[in-house]
Amino acid sequence: MRRSTGSYRSRAVVLAAVAALGAGLLSGCADDGDDSKSGKSGGGGGGGTTITMGLFGTFGFEEAGLYDEYMKLHPDIKIEQTVIERNENYYPQLLNHLSTGSGLADVQGIEIANITEVGQTQAAKFVDLSKTEGVKKENWLDWKWQQGTTKDGKTIGLGTDIGPMAICYRKDLFQKAGLPTDREKVGQLWSGDWNKYLEAGEKYMKKAPGDTTFVDAASGVYNAVISSSAERYYDKSGKVVYKDSPAVKDAWDIATKAATGHLTAKLQQFQKTWDQAFANGKFATVACPPWMLGYIQEKAGDKAKNQWDVAAAPKPGNWGGSFLGVPEAGKHKEEAAKLVAWLTAPEQQAKLFAKRGSWPSAVASYSLPKVSTAKHPYFDNAPIGQIFTQAAKGIPVQVLGPKDQIIASNIADIGLLQVDQQGKSPEEGWKAATKSIDNALDQ
Amino acid sequence: MPTTSGTAAPPAGQGGAAPRRAAETSPLDPREQRRRERLSRRYRRDIRWSPYAFIAPFFLFFAAFGLFPLLYTGWAALHRVELTDPTHMEWAGMHNFSRLWDDEFFWNALQNTFTIGVISTVPQLVMALGLAHLLNYKLRGSMFFRVAILTPYATSVAAATLVFVLLFGRDYGMVNWALDAIGIDPIDWQNGTWTSQLAVSTIVIWRWTGYNALIYLAAMQAVPGDLYESAALDGASRWQQFVHVTIPSLRPTILFTVVVSTIGATQLFGEPLLFNGSAGATGGADHQFQTLGLYMYEQGWVNLHLGRASAIAWTMFLILLLIAAVNWLVSRRLRKSQ
Repeated sequence: MRRSTGSYRSRAVVLAAVAALGAGLLSGCADDGDDSKSGKSGGGGGGGTTITMGLFGTFGFEEAGLYDEYMKLHPDIKIEQTVIERNENYYPQLLNHLSTGSGLADVQGIEIANITEVGQTQAAKFVDLSKTEGVKKENWLDWKWQQGTTKDGKTIGLGTDIGPMAICYRKDLFQKAGLPTDREKVGQLWSGDWNKYLEAGEKYMKKAPGDTTFVDAASGVYNAVISSSAERYYDKSGKVVYKDSPAVKDAWDIATKAATGHLTAKLQQFQKTWDQAFANGKFATVACPPWMLGYIQEKAGDKAKNQWDVAAAPKPGNWGGSFLGVPEAGKHKEEAAKLVAWLTAPEQQAKLFAKRGSWPSAVASYSLPKVSTAKHPYFDNAPIGQIFTQAAKGIPVQVLGPKDQIIASNIADIGLLQVDQQGKSPEEGWKAATKSIDNALDQ
Repeated sequence: MPTTSGTAAPPAGQGGAAPRRAAETSPLDPREQRRRERLSRRYRRDIRWSPYAFIAPFFLFFAAFGLFPLLYTGWAALHRVELTDPTHMEWAGMHNFSRLWDDEFFWNALQNTFTIGVISTVPQLVMALGLAHLLNYKLRGSMFFRVAILTPYATSVAAATLVFVLLFGRDYGMVNWALDAIGIDPIDWQNGTWTSQLAVSTIVIWRWTGYNALIYLAAMQAVPGDLYESAALDGASRWQQFVHVTIPSLRPTILFTVVVSTIGATQLFGEPLLFNGSAGATGGADHQFQTLGLYMYEQGWVNLHLGRASAIAWTMFLILLLIAAVNWLVSRRLRKSQ
């Protein structure tokens, strides 16, 4: 047996080391933790009724002070929210809870990518919000209202925000590449046609400063183009048609052209490398809905202030947006419905936009000064209120299907990624994507 | 040797735990006699059944959270069932299993699981053996090294993987930066089949080597010192001692770690999932590092096909049983040959 005999001192050293390592590990674990964080809204009166909100991502009601305001207006109500960061973790859990009828919050958020599936399979488990006091159908953009309403006229979710798209671009890089920098002129550069956007990209690449590229990712281009068309993966009768859809083909062709023409930085959106590329100013343009402005500001940081600007997209499109629904199994259905009606009313949507940058889905709020005169200081005071109002009004009425998200993410993360990052041909990429989608849709 | 199985504690004699009562000598009245008999009956029942009550909690929990889900998953695997409506089950027979034969994504995942398993388990165990051998020497502050070696194991997969994703980054990764310094072109770790699998294996190796090393170390310390002494007297070098004394003595322990690591490798999930960043369970653009666990997750929680996911889960379970059976045969062979 060969063992070292530890003296008292060495043991103390070991203990200290263990303590130090342990502390390091704990702090290391602390921030990865698990995905959900719950926040309790303080304040509120003695509170007879507690309404729970089950949300994902960053709705921002709490941060914008809307809960506090509501609780002040209704002293007997207390609001508590639980937020799961990512919808792909949130959504399966929501389905699970709906099917068992337990574990549901009084109010549940629903992502636009899931609203059709929820409407088709779970409508019976939600309260019809169109009958709630104070809910006016005409407040919303008509298509937004329709998305939250089933075929037989039951409104399972009231719209919160939408994502009208613009193009964010780097003025300094544009200037070096000999392109116009004024946001009006930049918008005109590609107005009305995504192919002109590619042409601008080719022009950019000829004189591209440093090792920058015109756009971040082929999948980003695809997403922007497809979002500006009405019929995508499903036809109006609800049949999957993405393989023959002209809109998908068009968007695929433009995106793969960007990839094979080396206009992209070969990135994948919302990955660490994407963030790093923002910080290092690696690409000149990115399609951006209002909710992404804050993201760009955070990742690109202070040194890129006033270098980013916002111009109109070639064609208006919609990226993102959510709904709030009230499950039938909830304990306080009536109060919850009232709260949802209040949270999604035009005034509150305008407040949410002013504080958090979520673009309202309520048309009525576009004329409110908080929205119409909004400027973004980070983006050289771009008049985002005007730009996005313009975009929001031009958004085509999209035909949604239950599996939109799966189809879209396979096209982006399998097909386009193979073309963009692995250098495969567009035909190979398309074949791989359709194979993967067929497998995913097959029950 | 501490790990030989089959030598449980000797069974206690009947009523072994009971304090012995003094032999009854004085005659008792019938009532008292009956009372005592009743007591002793109760006492015997207590002896006989209370152990079961003591171990019951585990088995109750196991039935509720282990056995029931297992059986229910098996039941679900025989149905067409979607997460959008899990209470609605449609009988599908063996369809979910038989389709796996033609499912190229399943075979791809199985193959990835196997290759990642091999390139992570083998170097891991070899390195662990080496490390354990080094730690077995007389060292200053050996306790410190023993604790330090275990710290990767104590780190959460998520934290570790995030760091590794940054290390293996294509554009700003430290590994590529280091390769660049010695004149090698940057590698797109995530997009190549071998490179991505190597990167995933690195995370596994980093996390588990120390854990296995400690197990080996514990076993090494139980090797009698006189074996080494006599080997040294016979003129065996350190290396020869390692090969001819240490390794044979560790055989059962090595087998144990092989089994445990194989099970771990078959269930590999967190590392490849997080290595893909936020892109989900596809395991890369070409599914190049999608493991079985990841594929099951994709079917169940992304595509919402619970029936298909259950069938994959059960297939994984059967594969593990197969591996366990092979291991059992091998270990029996080994024991016989000894």
